[in-house]
Amino acid sequence: MNFDFSDDARALSESARRMLTEHAGPDAARRIMDSDVAYDEALWRQVVDLGLTAARVPEAHGGVGLSPEESCVLAEEFGRSLAPVPFLSTLLATEALLLAGTEVQQAKYLPGIADGSTIACYAWGEGVNSPTAIPATRAESGRLTGTKSPVADALTASLAVVTAAGEDGPALWLVDLKNVSVAPAATLDLVRKHGTIALDGTPAEPLGTSADYQRFIDRAAVILAFEAIGTAGAAMEMAVGYAKDRVAFGQRIGRYQGVKHKCADMYIKLELARAHALYGAWAFAADADELRHAAAAARTASLDAVRFAAEENVQLHGGIGFTWESNCQFYYRRARQLSAALGSRAFWADRLVRALEQRNRAAA
Amino acid sequence: MDFNDTPQEAEYRAKVRAWIAEAAKEYEGLPEPKSQDEYVARQKSWQRKKYDADYAGLTWPKAFGGQGLGPMNAIIFSQEEARSAAPTGLYSIGLGMCIPTVFTHGSKAVIERFVPKALEGGEIWCQLFSEPIAGSDLAGIRTKAVRDGDDWIITGQKVWTTFAHLSDYGIIVTRTDPSAPKHKGLTMFIVDMHAPGVEARPLKQMSGGADFNEVFFDGVHVPDAWRIGAVGDGWKAGLTTLMNERLAVGGKPRNSPGWRTLMDLARGIDTEQGPAIERMDVRARIADTYINDEGVKLTQMRALSALSQGKTPGAEQSISKVVVAKTMQDMAAFALELSESAGFAAGEKDSELARLQGAYMWSAGLRIAGGTDEILRNIIAERVLGLPGDLRPDKDTPFNEIVPL
Repeated sequence: MNFDFSDDARALSESARRMLTEHAGPDAARRIMDSDVAYDEALWRQVVDLGLTAARVPEAHGGVGLSPEESCVLAEEFGRSLAPVPFLSTLLATEALLLAGTEVQQAKYLPGIADGSTIACYAWGEGVNSPTAIPATRAESGRLTGTKSPVADALTASLAVVTAAGEDGPALWLVDLKNVSVAPAATLDLVRKHGTIALDGTPAEPLGTSADYQRFIDRAAVILAFEAIGTAGAAMEMAVGYAKDRVAFGQRIGRYQGVKHKCADMYIKLELARAHALYGAWAFAADADELRHAAAAARTASLDAVRFAAEENVQLHGGIGFTWESNCQFYYRRARQLSAALGSRAFWADRLVRALEQRNRAAA
Repeated sequence: MDFNDTPQEAEYRAKVRAWIAEAAKEYEGLPEPKSQDEYVARQKSWQRKKYDADYAGLTWPKAFGGQGLGPMNAIIFSQEEARSAAPTGLYSIGLGMCIPTVFTHGSKAVIERFVPKALEGGEIWCQLFSEPIAGSDLAGIRTKAVRDGDDWIITGQKVWTTFAHLSDYGIIVTRTDPSAPKHKGLTMFIVDMHAPGVEARPLKQMSGGADFNEVFFDGVHVPDAWRIGAVGDGWKAGLTTLMNERLAVGGKPRNSPGWRTLMDLARGIDTEQGPAIERMDVRARIADTYINDEGVKLTQMRALSALSQGKTPGAEQSISKVVVAKTMQDMAAFALELSESAGFAAGEKDSELARLQGAYMWSAGLRIAGGTDEILRNIIAERVLGLPGDLRPDKDTPFNEIVPL
């Protein structure tokens, strides 16, 4: 049995962590929050130079051709560091192209992603009409009409993978953003900048079938689960670090069970999420049928972990945690972003039960 | 990543599967034992077969009669054993916890006298640690042992002792020096459970059953030669036992109800808000139960994987019991409420409702046994996350001078 990441994946995540520890983290997040720029360009250059955008791109298209495991470990590191760069957005688009792109589409877009000249985003949200079932954005005769918002990194991206309703239900479309109007969209997450993509008969290429779309959101759910696990882990470390340091009533507050048990619960939720996410990573890499329920469980558990860690991190800090100057807000706000990025917890919990019902029927 | 055995593991699995298939044949289709004696005889016969075929004490050092194999061999063997009709369980405490303590801390003479006999199944063992006054705070025990020539005389009471009524011997932690601080005045002995002055009584639980005992010691003589470790080192010996216990307690009890039970139940219930299985609160509860129970299972697979790769499992295993016990309680309560009055009326024997009611009652105990939810959270916070320990104002005070704050 080998239910763990490969040594290669671990080595890659370690080198990413070293770089991100030095150049990302809450201070970098704060700089971007306080500025008008959409992302940290210098950091993005380093991400590209380290070969991280090329990791998943096949060698034939100028990449390194690494496995889904590498996507997962990198997602965790970017989640942990809050890195204000469009890495996860570009990675999701990469995965969509790898899964559903034709040879022509892959040849057209992947080399630019690998060398960093193309930044991509994944346009899912539609206000209250989150496209979990039928998106309001419609595709007709190769043209999309509708408003995608808020879309992470839309302001920086030149390419968008868009979820829109086609003839057979929701599916993915590729949209060149060069001639599309993208306006800033204010969100609760002040670090990861979002945009509104207004589509009005905008030309788009179909990217796979609606079945591919379903498989894509499973894969995306696994990757975003790792991102959430990274963020949850960082929030937990911040809380634990503070509990070891802060003194009240003559004791470090970490001695109080009211405090330490919260920290233990953060760890419990984090490890449950990690176990499911690892199972999802296996199912993703093996292209196994189990991916449908593994991904849903990973996504659901990871949203629980990150919400709990982010909320209780503020709580354990007390008043100082509620100040603007405290870094607690980054995790608290990011937990909202992670939840909105690909359908809420309720959607994924229901998708999990649906998948389990299907498996039960198949087994019967 | 993969979930397959390595070639060596597969070879070992095939070997033990073939042996078990043959050896356990005689137990197939047997009815439940009709008496205690029959239960013990059946268990004894299986342990003896394992012993004769060199499948007993798989991970024990060869010097103590074991096979000197790695943890994966033991895991594979017990997986295969669990798939068969082989009668197991009675030796889990003795061979899993007591005897490893005996051969780690006992004298040569004690090891020679007790270890081989235990391994072949000839003698049954229990662990006498918890007391009415000391459970989570185990070092607060009061059962005393007083020196009397070559003997010690033990007086006191132990509780929650599994298999005490079936046991021949037990390991007991006693207080030998009440003037020393609580952890320092303890000594461990082997005690003959048939000796005069020992009385094991079934302890009726809140759930109605009596799966444990309380054991009374009234001036029971134990030879000094049966001491395990030095006088005053009983805490150290006890930690060896508890470490072995932590390896054993953890997962969801086999065949206990889980997310599938809730899903099946919900399929058959109509509520005012429509079929229960279509209600979002029901589906959310199924999802939560799945995430917790399967998350623990997957976490255990991470540990197995580490063992299989020759690595040390990570700390994440420490979440198992604290998750499983509360999840069982929450799921069972939800399922019973979903069943309205039927969930409250005593379920028919062997029905799914009866199983859920049983799980609800049992879960209350599971949250306490082998480390309470609170102690386990302390352990995670202190040992895994490195938070400071609770203040222990009695730690350095002579035991007989402790005044509660």
